[in-house]
Amino acid sequence: MAEGTDHIQVALAGNPNCGKTSIFNNMTGARQHVGNYAGVTVEEKIGYTNFEGKKIEIIDLPGTYSLTARSIDELVARNVIIHDHPEMIVNVVDASNLERNLYLTAQLIELERPILLALNMIDVATEMGLKINNERLAKLTGSTVVETIGRTNKGTQGILKGIVDVAADKKAPGITIPYGDDIEPAIAELQKVVEVKNTSEFPNRFLAVKLLEDDEDVVNTVKGMNPEAIQKATELRTALADKVDLDIVFQEYRHRFAVDVFNQSLDQGYQQRESRSDKIDKILTNRILGLPIFLIVMWVLFNLVINIGAYPQGWIETGMGYLTDFLNASMPDGLLRSLIVDGVIGGVGAVLSFIPLIVLLFVGISFLEDSGYMARAAFVVDRVMRAFGLHGKSFIPMLLGFGCSVPAIMGARILDNPRDRMVTILVSPFMSCGARLPVYTLLAAAFFPPEQAGTILFGIYLLGVIVAIIVAKILRQFVFTGDTEPFAMEMPPYHMPTLKSVLIHMWERSVLYLKKAGTFILAASIIVWLITTFPQNDELSGAYDQLKEATDNAYSQEIDNYLASQNINDDQKDAIDKLVEQMGALDEQHADDEADDEEQPADDQQTEEERQQEAQDAQNAVEADMKSAEDVMNGASAEDIANEDVKAAVEDQLKAEPAEVPEYMNELKADKLFPVAWQVYQLNKANEDRDGAYDFANSSAQIQGSYASMFGHFIEPIMAPLGFNWKINVAVVAAIAAKEVMVSTLGTIYSVEAGADDTATLQEMLAHDPSFTPAIALGLMVFSLLYLPCLAAMAVLKRETGSWKWLGIVFLYTNGLAWFGALIAVHVARAFGIN
Amino acid sequence: MATKTLAEMSVGEEGKVVALHSTGNIKHRLVDMGVVPGTVVRVMKYAPLADPVEIKVKNFELSLRVSEAKTIEVEVG
Repeated sequence: MAEGTDHIQVALAGNPNCGKTSIFNNMTGARQHVGNYAGVTVEEKIGYTNFEGKKIEIIDLPGTYSLTARSIDELVARNVIIHDHPEMIVNVVDASNLERNLYLTAQLIELERPILLALNMIDVATEMGLKINNERLAKLTGSTVVETIGRTNKGTQGILKGIVDVAADKKAPGITIPYGDDIEPAIAELQKVVEVKNTSEFPNRFLAVKLLEDDEDVVNTVKGMNPEAIQKATELRTALADKVDLDIVFQEYRHRFAVDVFNQSLDQGYQQRESRSDKIDKILTNRILGLPIFLIVMWVLFNLVINIGAYPQGWIETGMGYLTDFLNASMPDGLLRSLIVDGVIGGVGAVLSFIPLIVLLFVGISFLEDSGYMARAAFVVDRVMRAFGLHGKSFIPMLLGFGCSVPAIMGARILDNPRDRMVTILVSPFMSCGARLPVYTLLAAAFFPPEQAGTILFGIYLLGVIVAIIVAKILRQFVFTGDTEPFAMEMPPYHMPTLKSVLIHMWERSVLYLKKAGTFILAASIIVWLITTFPQNDELSGAYDQLKEATDNAYSQEIDNYLASQNINDDQKDAIDKLVEQMGALDEQHADDEADDEEQPADDQQTEEERQQEAQDAQNAVEADMKSAEDVMNGASAEDIANEDVKAAVEDQLKAEPAEVPEYMNELKADKLFPVAWQVYQLNKANEDRDGAYDFANSSAQIQGSYASMFGHFIEPIMAPLGFNWKINVAVVAAIAAKEVMVSTLGTIYSVEAGADDTATLQEMLAHDPSFTPAIALGLMVFSLLYLPCLAAMAVLKRETGSWKWLGIVFLYTNGLAWFGALIAVHVARAFGIN
Repeated sequence: MATKTLAEMSVGEEGKVVALHSTGNIKHRLVDMGVVPGTVVRVMKYAPLADPVEIKVKNFELSLRVSEAKTIEVEVG
């Protein structure tokens, strides 16, 4: 309870679309706190402001049309007013839609708290010709009336002043909603029984009315404290049932009250028949144009979030890349660096890289919602979505799912009905997100001829949609059962959204995401790092270190020998060192365009055979390195191995034609020492490459001995029916971090270096693994489509469903579905003669 | 005065609600939105796929699925 006179607590109530949010933002600015009401997923927003030396705390209640116990939003609103003891209620009403808005006011009056009525959108009402008599309205509702225009921030001071005045008065409306001759005697009779023992905080008359209405929540409240009242209510209800329709009679009388107040408060009624909104609507929901316009709007939204979002996402990733490079260069190699670079930065980077998507998503969504188009979109497409057992508005999250599951799951917030929201959240990960594409393309290219790859890709996307439909239907039928949810939805007039409301909305969402999902993603990234890094085979790492050191020594020896053979004196040596340095700097400068120019065409020119050969060579090389390390561990001399290796390599290099000198080094060519320096430079590079190869062999060996790999072996019996070997299992486990990680993990395990862009070699490796067949590839694609969404998606899923329970259920059902799906895929493929 | 369901009304037609034949949540939602006996409703338009339907009630627009509109009995003419 708010104490003292310098602190006023206010509950802000109103219909959806009445402009309540902009009033709230106008009063509190950025001083808001968003959370969840305990135990439920309804959002709790609290804002603060100061006025005339008073600290005002505003609880923004969910926007509702009514205060029944049938919807969690309405129940929360009612209970906050009763149990949190706000000094007063600020009821925002849409003046241009006053009659319906007063229906909620009637119910607020019954809670017997002081009310300030904020007549919002008074400009729109005036435009329609409405003239409202504020004094009469105030008298009829027992409240204080102020006029506001939320969108242009007019009347905010008036509300604050009103709040301070009403709070000082502490005067409840003192108005009784009349329920007619049949019911009033029953209310009076029941009220007598209720007031004998009312230890709840609800007013007596309210309890009597709600008991007669058979309001579930009130019945439960009264049951324990006053069983006689329940019994009396049942008797009275039975008696009344013959005379009135108890289902709706109370609501009818409240409407009657609202209509009466409305009619008596009007000095002048509606003048204008067709508003601007009606005209816009004629185009946007037109029988012929409606669907195409809807599709265009969706296309724009999708591109805004996924494609435009990719730019800032790329910048963040690049920034993280720089940070990684910097830390790699400035920190000593070791576990701490690995933890920070691979675990923490990997995690933070993943968290941050979703921010642009979320920001843009909510810019888009709040624009659609504030403008009024969202309701029209649902109107236009509801017929289609209903076939899936979903609501028209579900289309948006499902569409976003093709880009990224994270904004898709967060986008499900636009659904008002908790069941629709849950079903949408649970099926939207089946839409193939962008991160799954590299996995599909890798597998399709490795195992199928190019002319089939496209069909397979299309098939897997389609499969996702079909699975989503089936799962949605099943969830609707068996899990989220109960009364059919009404669709009946208000189509609010069109408005131009204000920049402020869009920005506040966006800010709120992003902070919420960072706070809740961010910590989860970070923690999970570190766990994935742990299982792929430990246990560390220090002995093996030591062997590789010895090899690297010996290699370095051998190279510097060979370089000295080479210089001696060229009769280079000490002064010339310094000059060569300088030249080599300049070459390095120039190469670095041109690193980017070199990558663009050279790599792409090289692939095309290769024949199938050459590529196979290359892949084979790459694997042989890694295996040879692994053998060297093993030999060192078994007591062989690292020096001997390195010396032999390096000697052969250097001999080959010096015998061969020197590497071609890139054009940008022409300026250095004038130096007569250039040819020697160029050889030294190439030898240095070879040295680095050699060390890099050892590092790669080491990490490859380490992941094969990690917990992740143990787990991969452990689940082999489970995955055996799908034909997945332990290597695939490890990739599947590691890819929980992010689906595209499957490609790089397969690369590491198959001991070939491959990024997401350069999968050609890996393709060959996979294609030539005898235990990896096209049928299994199809199975793996289906598995990737259906199994556990990535960490980030799971983090938001946990946040949006508000429970670990649902996360657990998702874990079981997605993995189960993936397993069966892959099994079917493998067998169907085999039945069609694909092995 | 003839009665029919709201779903049978043509675009632009006005009628007065006489009864609601739905139950549970749908009935309550309709009533909360102002669709109570005695209220005048007017059919505004149908969605491109012929469902839902948009009506005007108490000077605001409400969209209903045809299945919901079928439960609303109106008096016209």
